[in-house]
Amino acid sequence: MYKSKISISVRKNILDPQGKAVEHSLKSMGFEKILDTRIGKYIELVIDASSEKEAFDLSEEACKKLLANPVMEDYTIAVQKEGEQN
Amino acid sequence: MPAKAGIVVFPGSNCDNDLYHVMKNVIKADTEFLWHKDGSIGDRNLIFLPGGFSYGDYLRCGAIARFSPIMKEVIRFANNGGVVVGICNGFQVLCEAGLLPGALLVNESLEFICKTVTLKVENNKSIFTADYGIKEEINIPIAHGEGNYFCDDETLQELISNNQILFTYADNPNGSLNNIAGIQNKERNIVGLMPHPERASEVELGGTDGTKFFQSIVASFD
Repeated sequence: MYKSKISISVRKNILDPQGKAVEHSLKSMGFEKILDTRIGKYIELVIDASSEKEAFDLSEEACKKLLANPVMEDYTIAVQKEGEQN
Repeated sequence: MPAKAGIVVFPGSNCDNDLYHVMKNVIKADTEFLWHKDGSIGDRNLIFLPGGFSYGDYLRCGAIARFSPIMKEVIRFANNGGVVVGICNGFQVLCEAGLLPGALLVNESLEFICKTVTLKVENNKSIFTADYGIKEEINIPIAHGEGNYFCDDETLQELISNNQILFTYADNPNGSLNNIAGIQNKERNIVGLMPHPERASEVELGGTDGTKFFQSIVASFD
């Protein structure tokens, strides 16, 4: 068993108004060293695969077909054996 | 053959009855509902994907509806030249399905916007806009949180050079690229628009500027 942790965010060249609003709020609170804020979503999949590669490939296929929209989103996938500590 | 409209009902659609009423009682077209679990569009030759919040807008607007059983048939129908109309959430579904280019992002203001806006008819040589005048200004309500049209530069140039942009906003409410409110595909049989012409098709509802949209489509079948 593997766990796949998928982070999805708005593509770099697209304005993320939610991230901007939070960034402005952080700045006004005094977090001047925080230069950029982007907000996305996080998805966890538990996968019955026989290898890390198989789990990664299945995750990537799921991202391409449904979980992310390549027109507007980027994604990263991190696979680990189920039960391992992050 | 006259138009036989089929209005797809997804769980969470909420403009399906408005569309049905306008198509049946105002436009007087043969109209039926299609359930999202149906495996066939039957004898329908004009498919509408209505507005609403299909599947609760989970994941992304339209992303899950795009994989409903009936969408397999709708995509096949569209790829064979069948006329498909997506309004609001329906437009989002068509983009997710890859039947129209681009995507609808969250509104630049982050707000859900519900108001009547002025649109410009950019191209009246389509089956969806033939009854309008070129550059005609029409007032149609919008009601969306994710209507900010986006596509890459190359796609935008194609939209422009192929005259695929049908409607633009006179005063951009949501941040849409090039003020885009509605587009058709390159083959000119699929349209998607964020504004709701079905909410502007009777005097009692405050306007009739949307009527010509449906009349144009139905007339193209005669």
